[in-house]
Amino acid sequence: MKILVPIKRVVDFNVKVRVKPDGSGVDLANVKMAMNPFDEIAVEEALRLKESGVAEEIVVVSIGPAEAADTIRTGLAMGADRGILIKTDQPTEPLAVAKALKAIVAEEKPGLIILGKQAIDDDCNQTGQMLAALLGWPQGTFASKIVIDGDAVTVTREVDGGLETVKLRLPAVITTDLRLNEPRYASLPNIMKAKKKPIDEKTAAELGVDLAPRLKVLKVTAPPARRAGVKLASVSELIEKLRNEAGVL
Amino acid sequence: MTTLLVAEHDDGGLKETTARALAATLELGDDVHLLVAGKDCTPAADAAARLVGVAKVLHADADHLAHQLAEPLAALVVSLAGSFDALIAPATTFGKNLMPRVAALLDVAQVSDITRVVAPDTFERPIYAGNAIETVHTTDAKQVITVRCSAFRPVSEGEQAALIETIAVPAPADALSSFVSAEIPELERPELTAARVIISGGRAFQSAENFGKYLEPVADKLGAAIGASRAAVDAGYAANDLQVGQTGKVVAPDLYIACGISGAIQHLAGMKDSKVIVAINKDPEAPIFQVADYGLVGDVFEILPQLEKAL
Repeated sequence: MKILVPIKRVVDFNVKVRVKPDGSGVDLANVKMAMNPFDEIAVEEALRLKESGVAEEIVVVSIGPAEAADTIRTGLAMGADRGILIKTDQPTEPLAVAKALKAIVAEEKPGLIILGKQAIDDDCNQTGQMLAALLGWPQGTFASKIVIDGDAVTVTREVDGGLETVKLRLPAVITTDLRLNEPRYASLPNIMKAKKKPIDEKTAAELGVDLAPRLKVLKVTAPPARRAGVKLASVSELIEKLRNEAGVL
Repeated sequence: MTTLLVAEHDDGGLKETTARALAATLELGDDVHLLVAGKDCTPAADAAARLVGVAKVLHADADHLAHQLAEPLAALVVSLAGSFDALIAPATTFGKNLMPRVAALLDVAQVSDITRVVAPDTFERPIYAGNAIETVHTTDAKQVITVRCSAFRPVSEGEQAALIETIAVPAPADALSSFVSAEIPELERPELTAARVIISGGRAFQSAENFGKYLEPVADKLGAAIGASRAAVDAGYAANDLQVGQTGKVVAPDLYIACGISGAIQHLAGMKDSKVIVAINKDPEAPIFQVADYGLVGDVFEILPQLEKAL
């Protein structure tokens, strides 16, 4: 089985972004970028399925600017076999990304797609579900456990209040949650090896997909700031404040 | 504008998230229909009909809608979409699972997690873990939206019940997915997203045992829900569904008590809209103090037992 792992280049999770003064967006100049953390978990899960003999090949695919090749290279250094970059300098919305991925699926014919449940930049949480819909495949979102069993996959999902386990007919789309696994670090020899692994470049036009955004961002603002309050000396002072000043007890 | 709100429920009753999402839906227009789809979900449909502002309840009851799996439920919502200008659901794991599937089938760009309705086609939503708020305008003829429930007050129940229309749902030709099992522990405490008071723990607890031993007595006294930081979940001290933060639950209770939580931006994203924030932390420089109304510098193992006694 071939596994397709779509990955996104995003602002590193440790960076606190700043809104541009003109309200046109957030300032991404000279900001550290990295693979979306949930996508790292997706790559890791695919690698484990390959190591356990369930999968033969892992293809990572990203949609974005030329620099997204670095993110693909990170996936290759972790152990993926080859990469595909759909190059665009436009901002990409989940629906357009799902359409581009559908075109890649038509070429690659994977038996399973694993991707992050959410990108930590736009926080949309849509792409996996949309891709499953466009392909007419079942979906296992927010996965914390994946077990392949013949022509089906059993997915344990993190849902509000607990866990839900569903069985999906393959091929299927799975989105990863935090507890699925702990992604590995790429070793130096693997980083060197990754430099020789192939990355195919494509454009949306070649795939016959229109990436034009449908949503118009009117403005981006900073959230209302919260001011630091007071430090108190004792528990009794805290209770007094909560009772009489804040009125929440 | 006619809107369809997909109700979140457990067949036996409605989740509070539905009443919150309804508040946002009513801001888009006053002709709101509520879809209650499931198996043996008449009690939930009856409850839906009592919510103030609901014009009509669409009640779909069928074997294949049991457990409300995304594939058949999305197909049902899409089949109903023709009569509606907007399709809405709460941005919970239920709505997040369902609505993008609906949106893609309708070729609509979804607007996720709205926190404010600026106009019926313009919304505010947080991005970058809440470090920026974007105002987006939709250009699609139809809208698909999920609502961040903590940003809206729940609509209450009224005297008069709306009309309930039973709709027939033909079973799909072949099932793509099937339900295997669920592990939903019985809650002894209020649910995180509905709680008035939340007490959360972080890495400082050092073990799952301590996490329960020190937090539970205080939570019991306060009638509070228990939350956790990602660090505490990662370390195995707390279950994942207790996680408050960018990728966990987003909460806005009246009182949020952060215990031994440093205040990473991912955590702040999940709780900074709380009315009153209390931080208890050993490190006086911890970023959590920058958002806390009241801070206590000290060891959670000493302060929490004191707090429990004093309450």
